[in-house]
This record gives sequence, structure tokens and C-alpha cells, in this order.
Amino acid sequence: MDHITETCREIKDKLSAYLDGELETALCAEIEQHLRGCDNCRVMVDTLNKTITLYRNYGQDEVPPDAHTRLTRVLNLERLKMKIQQST
Amino acid sequence: MKPDQPRDEDLVRQAQAGDETAFTELVHRHERHVYTLALRMLREPADAEDVLQETFISALRGLKHFRGDATFATWLYRIAYNATLMKLRHPPAPASLDAAIENDENAMPRELTDWSHDPEAALMNKETRRVMDAAVAALPESMRSVFVLRDIDGLSTDETAAVLDISPEAVKVRLHRARLALREKLSSYFGAPRLTTKGAS
Ligand SMILES: [Zn+2]
Repeated sequence: MDHITETCREIKDKLSAYLDGELETALCAEIEQHLRGCDNCRVMVDTLNKTITLYRNYGQDEVPPDAHTRLTRVLNLERLKMKIQQST
Repeated sequence: MKPDQPRDEDLVRQAQAGDETAFTELVHRHERHVYTLALRMLREPADAEDVLQETFISALRGLKHFRGDATFATWLYRIAYNATLMKLRHPPAPASLDAAIENDENAMPRELTDWSHDPEAALMNKETRRVMDAAVAALPESMRSVFVLRDIDGLSTDETAAVLDISPEAVKVRLHRARLALREKLSSYFGAPRLTTKGAS
């Protein structure tokens, strides 16, 4: 494993911005050059990216069918209340 | 969203004019995101369902006041987030809590295991999902809300900032800390030796 340098720490601070495409091209190139020579940072960026991907793809919760049914019912009731309130 | 589908803003206008199916479609589009935010913040499905109902009742009643200054999604998630905050027994975590995991995050491990090339199908199962959820649940509230909105619900930085009423810069800082903390947690799970299938040859 490579030695962790000050550059590694600086790069670690910028990894989200890097992965989100928020950095200038020059800075991206600098980071990519470092990544080619530093196993630690390369694994860091790859596993960080994978973490984000896993949550993006699998992190969502589905509304349970029962809860969805109850929501529909509650909203119908609310509409009815609103109509009654409007007509009085 | 497919190109032939109406935009949220069109549906809002129809719903404001009394079209009930338009509102139902808006519910359909957004209920999952609202529920995810509430469940990840509150952890209890029953509480998340309360927030889900409260959010859409408020939206139904407040729709006539919606002027489109923000997007409908931002407006709706703000309602959901405020309803969630009301349910949290304690006030939002103070900023100092963020420092709690800072030490953790700055300690750069000497050896990193690379699990990023393992196929997702091999990584994903019920146990994995439990680990992922527990990792999110362990985040301080201020990071959790940002992470759920940005990376799970897929909102932009600006939308997230508007929902949470914080600056886009604060969103970026908290998001990065949250991601690093989650990466640590997932690495100690996925990176554990029992999962290394490489090097068996
Ligand atoms: Zn490095």
C-alpha cells in the first residue's frame, strides 16, 4: 500500500465534488493523475462511488400497499370534508 | 419521466382547477420519496405513514396557495420535512454532533479493501439492505436529511437546500461527510474477508 500523503487528504475532501462533476477540468485531471499512482485513493474513490450507487439504486423505500390504501382513503375523506366546508 | 407525461406543474394547475385525478397522479409520483424521507428520519413505519398522510392532506388543502415560486416537489418535501421535524421528539441535532464522527472520518485507514468491483447482485440481499439502513440511521440528523434527499430521493443540491432551508454549500459539506461515514460502514461490511472472492485462484 502507498504512503498516505497530504495530497491524499486534500483529495479526500474533494471526492464528492469530483464524483458529482462539480470540479473544474484542470482539478479533475490533477486528481486523476494522482489516482493513477495511489492505490489508497483509487480504492477510496471507487468504494465511495459504489456506496453512492448502491443507495441510489436500492436505498428507496416503497410505500407498503396497506399504507397506500389508507392514504387514498384519508385523502378521499379530506376532499369530502373540504366540499362540505365549501358548501356551508 | 417520459416526454409524453405531463409535468408536475401542469398537473398542479389541473388539480387547482378541481381535477382529482391530477392530484392523485401527483400523489403517485411523490409518495415514495415522501415516505422514504420520513422513514429514514423517523425509523418507525407507523410514524412515516403519519407523515405521509399529513403531508398530502396539507398539500391538498394548501394547493390553492401554491404559486410555483419553488417546484412542486420542493414545496411538497418542505411540508414533509416540517411534519417529520414535528414528530422528532427532540429538536434537530446541533452542529456539534457533526463533529462526533469527524474523528472517525479523518482517520485514514492504512489498508483499504476494494469491494467496488463486486457485482451489485452479489452485494445486494436483505442483510445488506439492513446494514445500509442501519448505517443511514446512525448518521446525525443534519447529515441524514441531506443524504436521504440528495442521494436516495435524488434531489439536486439547490432543491435539497430549499427543502431544508440551508445553503447549497452546507448541503455539499454535509453530503460529503455523510457519504464518507457510510462508505466506512459499508467497507467494514463488504470489505470483510468472508466476502473476498478474488485471489482464490
Ligand atoms: Zn493518495
